[in-house]
Parts: sequence; C-alpha cells; structure tokens
Amino acid sequence: MTDRALALQFLQSVLVLAGAPLLAGWVEQCRAWLGNRRGAGPLQPYRVLRKLWRKELVVAHGASWVFRGAPYVLVAAMIIAGSIVPLLAPILPLAPAADAIALVGVFALARMVSALAAMDIGTAFGSMGARREMLIGFLAEPALLMVLFTPALISHSTSLAAIVRQLAATHLLLYPSMAFAASAYVMVLLAENARLPVDNPDTHLELTMIHGALHLEYTGRHLALIEWAAAIKLVTYMAIGIALFLPWGMSATGSLSGIAFATGLLAMKMTAAGAALAFIETLLAKLRLFRVPEFLGTAFMVAVLGILVHFLLGT
Amino acid sequence: MIAQVGHDPLDLTLAACAIWLVLAAASLALSRRPRALRALFVGGSAGSFLFLTAGLRALFAPASHMTLPFGLPQLAFHLHLDPLAAVFVVLFGFTSVAISLFAAGYLRHEPTAHVARMAGQYHLLLAAIGLVLLADDAYVFLVAWETMAWSSYLLIISDDHMVQARRAGLLYLVTEHMGAIALMLAFGILQSATHAGLAGYAFPVMRATTLTPEMASTVFALGLFGFGAKAGFLPLHAWLPEAHPVAPSPVSALLSGVLLKLGIYGLLLVTLELLHAPLWWWGIVMLVLGLTTALFGAIYSAAQNDMKRLLSYSSIENIGLILAGIGLTVLFEAYHMASLAALALMATLYHTLNHAVFKSLLFLGTGSILHATAERNLGRLGGLIHRMPWVAALLLIGSFAAAGVPPFNGFVSEWLLLQSFLGATSFPQPYLNMAVPLGAAAVVLVAGLAAYVMVKFYGISFLGQPREPALKAAEDAGPHERTGLLLLAAGCLFLGLFPAWTVDLFRPAVAQLIGPAAAQDTLAGNVFSCRLHAATQADYRPLVVLGALALVSATLVFLLRRLAPAPLRRTDAWNGGHEARTARMQDTAEGFGQPIRHVFASFFRMQIERPAAAETTPVYASRIEDPLWYAIYLPIVRSVSRLSEWVALLRRRRIAIYLLYAFATLVILLVLTP
Repeated sequence: MTDRALALQFLQSVLVLAGAPLLAGWVEQCRAWLGNRRGAGPLQPYRVLRKLWRKELVVAHGASWVFRGAPYVLVAAMIIAGSIVPLLAPILPLAPAADAIALVGVFALARMVSALAAMDIGTAFGSMGARREMLIGFLAEPALLMVLFTPALISHSTSLAAIVRQLAATHLLLYPSMAFAASAYVMVLLAENARLPVDNPDTHLELTMIHGALHLEYTGRHLALIEWAAAIKLVTYMAIGIALFLPWGMSATGSLSGIAFATGLLAMKMTAAGAALAFIETLLAKLRLFRVPEFLGTAFMVAVLGILVHFLLGT
Repeated sequence: MIAQVGHDPLDLTLAACAIWLVLAAASLALSRRPRALRALFVGGSAGSFLFLTAGLRALFAPASHMTLPFGLPQLAFHLHLDPLAAVFVVLFGFTSVAISLFAAGYLRHEPTAHVARMAGQYHLLLAAIGLVLLADDAYVFLVAWETMAWSSYLLIISDDHMVQARRAGLLYLVTEHMGAIALMLAFGILQSATHAGLAGYAFPVMRATTLTPEMASTVFALGLFGFGAKAGFLPLHAWLPEAHPVAPSPVSALLSGVLLKLGIYGLLLVTLELLHAPLWWWGIVMLVLGLTTALFGAIYSAAQNDMKRLLSYSSIENIGLILAGIGLTVLFEAYHMASLAALALMATLYHTLNHAVFKSLLFLGTGSILHATAERNLGRLGGLIHRMPWVAALLLIGSFAAAGVPPFNGFVSEWLLLQSFLGATSFPQPYLNMAVPLGAAAVVLVAGLAAYVMVKFYGISFLGQPREPALKAAEDAGPHERTGLLLLAAGCLFLGLFPAWTVDLFRPAVAQLIGPAAAQDTLAGNVFSCRLHAATQADYRPLVVLGALALVSATLVFLLRRLAPAPLRRTDAWNGGHEARTARMQDTAEGFGQPIRHVFASFFRMQIERPAAAETTPVYASRIEDPLWYAIYLPIVRSVSRLSEWVALLRRRRIAIYLLYAFATLVILLVLTP
C-alpha cells in the first residue's frame, strides 16, 4: 500500500512536471483554431523551453540574490502544489503536508517571491507589474478560499484528499452550492493564471501587462523556469477544479487498473478543460485594470452565495 | 529555604524584575559613561533571559502564588505565575532578550545623556511589564500598569525636541489614562461583588464570585475599553501610528511586540478568567470589532509611506485578528463548544506570540535602516539589499512571516484561525452559523492585504535602485544589532516550522481557561505535523513544505548547472528596450500604494494635488488622513474645550466670588444634611 502510494506520488509529480507544457500548448492550439489560425501545435512550449535552456543567461547589473533565486523557488512551490492535489487517487503521501488553506498559502508565497524579484532590478515596469500582481492576489485569494470552503464545509475537512473522497463517493449527487463555487472558481482561475479577461497572455505592450511585466528582465534558463512554473500552475489549477467539481472516475484505492482508468479519464478531462478555457478566452475581451476588482469581487460574492446556499439547504 | 529559591519559577521572575530595577538605578550612577550604559542593556537582556526560562518552566508547573509584604494595609502584594501569565512571560522574555541586545548596539550613536535617560526608563518599563504579568490582585496590577504607561510615555518622547514626539506622547498618555480609569471601574465592580472588603481586590477572590449578567457585561465593556486603549482596537488606535514612528526603534519594537500584547493579556484575564461565564454577544462584539480593526489596519498600512507608520498600522491589523480570535473563543465558550473554543484560543495565543516576534523583528530592522540612512520615508530608500545584506536577509524572513505565507510563522496562526472559523457551523442560532464563516473571508482579505503591504515595505526599501545618492554609503548593522535580529528571525522560523511544539506551550493555558479535556484533544500532532482533532484530516506540515521547497530548488540548481551550463553575463537592464533608466522611474511608496487607494477610495479621507496639464515642474501629492480622527477625536477635543469655557465662567478674579462659592456650598451641605 505504501509502496503503491509512493509510486503513485512519483507518477503524479512526473505527470504534472512533464505534462504541464503540453496542456499550455494545447490551450494555445485551441485558441489558434478558434481564432482561425493554424497554430504551432501543442508541443510548441517544449520547443520554447529547449531554446531558452540553451540560451545565454543575461542578468542585469544590480540584480541581487532575490532575483536569481526566485525562479527556482517559484518552480519548487508550483511542483509542491501540483504534487498535493489529488489527480488519480486521493492517497498521496505528500498530501497531508498542506490542506486546501495551505495550498492557497503556497500560491501566495510564489506570488510574493515573483513580485519581489520583479522589484529587484528597479525598473518602472517591474514595480508596476509587482503592484498589479499583488492587487490581483489579494482580491483573488479570498475568492479562492471561499470557493474551497464550500466543499470543505460539505466534507467537514479542509484536507483535499478528504474532500475528494467525500465528493467522489456521492455518485453524481449534485450539490447546488457547488455550482456557485464552480463558477466562482473559473473566474479565479482566469485571474490567477494571467488569462483573459484579466491579463492578456499574448500582449507585447508592457503597459498593459500584469504577469508579463513581472518577468521582463529574465532570460535563458531563468525564463525557462518561470515559463515552466506558469504551466505547472495552470495544470494545478485545472487539477484542483477537476478534483473539486468533476472528481468522478478517480481510483479510491490506487489499484493498477483503477489508476490506468483514472489516467485515461484525466487526460480526457484535461483536454476538455483546456478547450473550454480557450473557448472562454476567445469570447472575452480584456478588462481595464480597475474593472478587475469588480470581476474578482463578483467571483467572491458568487463563492459566498455558494456557502450561504450550503447552509440554507443544509447539504 | 535557599535551596528552594530557583526551584519556583516565580522567584526567578522576581529576580529578573529586581535585576531590571537595579539596572535602572545603576543608569543614574553611570550617566557619564556611554560604554557602561550600553553594557546595562546587555545586562537587561540577561534579565530577560532569566524571565524567559522562568516562563518556560512555569508553563508546565502548577500555578504558584506569593505574597509580598508591601502594598496597602490589609492588602499585601499578591503575586502569581499561572500558565496564562506564563505564555505572556515567555513572549515578553524572548522578545525583550533580542530587543535589549539590539538596543545595546543601536544606542552607540546616540548622545550619552540621552542613552542614560533611556537606560533608566527602559529598564523601569521592563520591570513594570514583568510585574503586570505577575500581579494577582487589582492593586498591584494597576500600580504596575500605570508605571508601565508612564515609563513608556517617557520613552516615546525620548526625542522631546520634536513637536511630533511630544504630541504623540500626549495622545498616548491621554488614551492610556482613559483606559486606566475604565480598568479601575471594572476592578471596582468586580471587587464590590465579592463583598470581601479589601481582600476582594485579589484575583482569586474575584474568580470565585459570580456576577449578575448585567454587572458582568458592564465589567466586560469597561475591560474592552480599558485594555483596548492599550492594544489599539478601533477607535482607540489613533496613538499607535503617531507614537511608533517618533519612538526610538527598540522602543517601537517593545511597544508593538509586547505592550500591545499586554492589552490582549488583560482582556483574556478579565473575560475568560475573572468573569468565567461569558455571554455569547460579547463574542460577537469582539468578533465584529476585531475584524473591522483588522481590515482598517490592513487598508491603511497599504497606503502609508513612512515605514514605521506602515508597520504600526500593520500592528493594528494583527491586533484586530487577535481580538477576532478572542471573540470566537468567547462565542464558542458561551455555547459550551469546548474543543472549538480551545482551538480558537490556541489560534489567538499563537498569533499573539507570532506577531510579537515578527513585528519586533521588523521594527528593529527599521531601526537599522534609520541609522544607516537617517530616512523613514520609504520613497527615499531602495537597493539596501546590496549595502545591508544581513538586515535584508533577516527582514525578508520577517516580511514573509508578517505576510502570512507558509512555511513561516504568520501562516500557522492564520491557518488555525481559519480552521476555527470553519468549525463554527453548529451554533444553536442558525444565523450565527451563516454569518460566522463569512468572518473567515475577512481574515483572508486581511491576509492578502498584508502580503501586499509586506511586498511594498520590503520591495521599496531593500530592492531596486537606491533612490537617493546617500544610500550608497549605508552600512550594515553591527554585531549586537545583528544578534538581536538573528534571534527574532530564528524565532520566526521556529514558530513557523514546529507548530506542534509551539501549540504544546499553549496547552496548559488553554486548560486553565477552557478546560483540561478540550486542551488535550485539540491539535494532535508530532514534530512534523499540526493536525486538528483526530477526527478531521486537516493537516499542515511546514517542515515537509520547506524540505520539499529546498530539495526541489537545490535539485533544479544542480541539474541546470549540469545540463544547461550557459554562461552568465551581466549587462544593463532590458527595461522593455527603453534606454534611459533612473532610480526615479521606479515606483515610489505612493506609487506602489496607488491601486489600494483606488480600490478602497471610499475608506480614506484623501486629498490629492494633481498638476495642471501645462505645468513645467509637475508635482503630484496625495495626503491620506484617518477619518476616525475627524469623526471621533476632534469632536471630543472640541466638546472638552467648550466645557472648559463654561467652567471658566465660574472663575472670577475677585476673592469675594470665591468666598461666595464656599458659603453657598456650606449652605447646600447644611440643607442636605438630615
């Protein structure tokens, strides 16, 4: 049992690490198709990473150890987050390291580190990106926690494994409160992963950037790590969404056939979720920065409604 | 008899208080010798260490009592050391060890007369704080409380040539005395209910008496006001952002780290110890007040430009969270939900200790910056990480701790607090069930804002390019200062990484206030984990998080060096292709706070000066003021001065008028006498 759990943990961490660029590439490919372009194929992020890895590392004068260390901490934080969320079976040995609240905390740590790194060189764009990123952070974090509280109240535990076990065990029983939580979650996911309508991942104009402005000064392997971390973050957010709102099909015990089935199903869910994300992004236009608080405020209120519905219906 | 001395922690704490008093007296004799004066602070630090060890032993010892032959006739000084007091003894001992050491180095640039005065007042303050914690009757408590208020007042106005310092000191003193009057009334009511005469002032006698709900609520309200004036609950917070910036940094650290916590100690003492059957609505009052205070503090600290003001608003925020924790504890206790009350109390105590450690660290760090640069305005700092590597590295730990991110200590107590909010789902009143979890949302918003504030504080002061040429000559902190900062940073890491051990420190105090059974079964865990009750699976293992972070980062560094050994080249910043790049293009503190001012515009009383379109030397300035100052404090000032005008009407310059007053008084008294 423990051997199997360890093997599963290893499998999941590797899946998240290696598969993250594929999901990012898939989303881009779908966006290209929806935009009537041919696209570079879902493997493009791997090529970008390989290119960046080989390139010379250029660091600005005046960059301190905060700047140079940040990419490593970022990737490490994202790998931890990606290794904790139950993907295939809720029996991960690393899962007790952090519950839902601590997971949000790990994301907050990553955000702080990247904001500080952006301020390290002392450019106008860096500090602008840092303050925008922190603005989105403090607005999105409460919304995200409120989303996580609904399933936590349903399963009387903030442990993600316990939540998944509880939700996956109820055969397609629909919780009305979870519908609210799900819609709020999608909004938070868009904001936290620098997606439209909050941030435009394709922009080249620095003044409109949020996430991009944070990493303007990074090159070479540092930039590769940051891009990779962003991909892992997206896949982790997708995984949290799937674990909370579509947990069915996960293997309860971690048997070999169960894992194989769960892996196949997960691939399908991720493909569908990636396509849905591209679809949503294609429909939306970017919001002005100061409309973002309204957007995230709406997400927060919807999540709170979910909690109230939970209490009103008593389920 | 001598063999017993040293066995009882209470003796050790008294010895520490005696050391401090001796040091305070010695400062008078040594007032011309700067080195000796600074050595006094090292001695004070040793006294604090003694105090700390006594506290650690008292945590796991039965409460001890002692009567000293001073005080009023029929009311000797009652002293005690029980687990609740011991938690605060540990808090005070640990932070003051570091603060005193820091002060020994910090004061080397100050004029000798100044140091001599501070040494006396500082050690008197330490002794008074110690005595507040040891007091076991209302008389000693108030004597120590007032000594504490006076000596801290004198320390705040150390730089009394500054008008701001004198004004801040006066505001502090008035607020403290308003609070002290409320406390006297509260203790008076408690004493009169015991019907035991002077002996009724002793806390054990008060504890044995049960008050009627009306009387108990009056005592609660007076206590909340009195201790709130010390802790800085809304709207009694106004002295904090005025007093902290003008006080010398070790004093700011002591104010924020320890003195505010004594307000928390007093509130716990009155609501959960002396009034042992709290009413549910007290909890609601404290919960709402606490969350409001926390939000207020967080929003205002994000808008500050002075680094010490920013930190003092952040103290208001943390005090608010602690008050919310007490409110939750009282609410659970009132409904006899003991295990949840125990959890909420642990969260409260944990956050109190955390805040003491990281806020002292941050305030001491601002002291080092202040000495190196003579600048408190964040907008004139920048790039200090290159000149002050030690302070920068240690304050990074403090900033992460204050922002409440794992695996640092601020996160653990926020985690516990959120867990206790989430547990609040089985009250007999359904609307409470719905309303209380929403408090968790406020806590998270506050935590998110705290992260914003800390990025602002750290990023603007330590990172980026130096905004003033003078900063390039800044020097790192000296060995004493480094040791003090290092101790506190180590405290942040310990409290963050070993929550299960830390929680064990609070268990006896929780057993004392809530009940032994609840204290035992809440938060099971071993070194690695901090787990709620055995039934739930919610778990947090900071050591694993840190270990994984370190392991993955190290592996990546190693692998990338091996697999992608591209050389590193230093060059000018890319900056989006713009060539000109000066230090003035970075965000100032105002610039970094701009989104906050925009989002929370309706919370501020704000004046903005915008330059006209064609101005050649454009000036942009925004001034943010506290609306409560205008809504509450100034009306009070106005009505007091109007009242004194009326009183002045009675005053005539002729002696005949005064004789008439005396005669009239006599007549009235004769008429009234039966």
